[in-house]
Amino acid sequence: MNVAGVLTTKKELSSRNELTEPLLVRWLLIAAALVFLGLFLLVPLAAVFSQALEKGFEAYLAALKEPDALAAIRLTLITAAISVPLNLIFGVVSAWSIAKFDFPGRSFLITLIDLPFSVSPVISGLIYVLLFGLQGWLGPWLQAHDIKIIFAVPGIILATIFVTFPFVARELIPLMESQGKDEEEAARVLGASGLQTFWRVTLPNIRWGILYGVILCNARAMGEFGAVSVVSGHVRGSTNTIPLHVEILYNEYNYVAAFAVASLLGMLAIVTLVAKSFVEWRIRTVKGEE
Amino acid sequence: MKKSQRHNVLPGFGLTLGYTIFYLCLIVLIPLSALVFKTATMSWGDFVAAVTAPRVMASYRVTFGAALLAAAINAVFGVLVAWVLVRYRFPGKRLVDALVDLPFALPTAVAGITLASVYAPNGWIGKLLEPHGIKVAYTPLGILVAMVFIGLPFVVRTVQPVLEEMEAELEEAAACLGANRLQTFVRVLFPVMLPSILTGFALSFARAVGEYGSIIFIAGNMPMVSEITPLLIITKLEQYDYAGATAIASVMLLASFIMLFAVNLLQKWSRRFAG
Repeated sequence: MNVAGVLTTKKELSSRNELTEPLLVRWLLIAAALVFLGLFLLVPLAAVFSQALEKGFEAYLAALKEPDALAAIRLTLITAAISVPLNLIFGVVSAWSIAKFDFPGRSFLITLIDLPFSVSPVISGLIYVLLFGLQGWLGPWLQAHDIKIIFAVPGIILATIFVTFPFVARELIPLMESQGKDEEEAARVLGASGLQTFWRVTLPNIRWGILYGVILCNARAMGEFGAVSVVSGHVRGSTNTIPLHVEILYNEYNYVAAFAVASLLGMLAIVTLVAKSFVEWRIRTVKGEE
Repeated sequence: MKKSQRHNVLPGFGLTLGYTIFYLCLIVLIPLSALVFKTATMSWGDFVAAVTAPRVMASYRVTFGAALLAAAINAVFGVLVAWVLVRYRFPGKRLVDALVDLPFALPTAVAGITLASVYAPNGWIGKLLEPHGIKVAYTPLGILVAMVFIGLPFVVRTVQPVLEEMEAELEEAAACLGANRLQTFVRVLFPVMLPSILTGFALSFARAVGEYGSIIFIAGNMPMVSEITPLLIITKLEQYDYAGATAIASVMLLASFIMLFAVNLLQKWSRRFAG
């Protein structure tokens, strides 16, 4: 068959719609996908808010203004405010060493950084109990010096750092790898110092990647339940984060209050998804401009 | 020569790598090794007794069985959702695309209580299933629902980029050679998608096996029937049975390392496929 023959065949094919499915099949597939997503995602999300407002807006606000709820919100904000910046610094530093340099064991190091994602949240909490708990390695020493880590705020923060450990690093490593190091080398050759190179050349290139990692890291830090549950000790008003407070209220059959507090995390999830989509769109347009 | 030159141009290698390894050891490696050493202090007999007790074995069956089934459901529907999102146009597509990541963004405790309330006998969906004798909440079926929820994005997000980058020539050639759409899908498109489907399946399975927060509210947590292994670890811990909790946790950790290894192999395979 000659070239012209192939071309006409192609045209005929696309005009006869042989490169896509019949309209009916398309509709059925779209409908099946939407029903599945609706049942598993949209209905539960809507249920959070519907249940929270079941007894009216007054009851909703009252549940949020309750002192234990406020203490939980405060602790969650503190936990995120400490763990996210620490993992952000780690993410940038590790991405610099891994993406800009070549050394033996590089890919093994990346696997190790990803490790916390494949560990069950319950085990993530357990390992800190084994280290710092009364029966743990450092337990007796900590007790002698009157330092509490497990069943106290430091344990909650440590467990949160563990479960959110890879978020920023795993965004930045592939991003910085794909950008190469030509621009940095040019800056150095032109006389910029190491820090100047980082601030003026590298940072502007990776700022959307950083934001993306921070958004995901923050969502997990504020929402972590399993790991935090193991190390918290569940003391109302002092070692309860928002998710743990939701659990206590739910187990007390105080459903309206449980869902009211849970709706805060539901809103966090929606904000996270919107911000994430926006950053993805920005990254795509930045790529498109290049 | 070229290599050493490059090392001289960009600064900070020693410092940043040193900090990376230091922080990694402090947060991840030392605490994880505590688990290994604690397990090593047990005698072999105690260890085997702890990890093979009937209640523990039942929890493995429930956890791994439900996770396998959930990952299979997610593989099928994940391919469907990815296909629809890449190939078709419909109103609200961008919104649907963003919604797929909800299980990553919604805290597990919130997912747990809301799934439990939706599938409870008087809940929105539970009400519809009740007359047909289907009970989801507080049964092993509830565990499955929660696992499908939390594993849902994995297959979609691994298959989606593969479908996007697939070249139209493949399908055109198949159509020119007389294949119908179904044949083209089964014989041409599916083999190309397979490595990414398997990767998503493995990721979804691994996540479901370790999951705790979204399951315990809907599971009913009956020993031997609907008790998942992570919950059993917490129960042992609350009874101050540290050795028992650690032994079961080390089995789970080993399982997740095996899955991590499998995922790495799968990703290497799919890269070779793509290249």
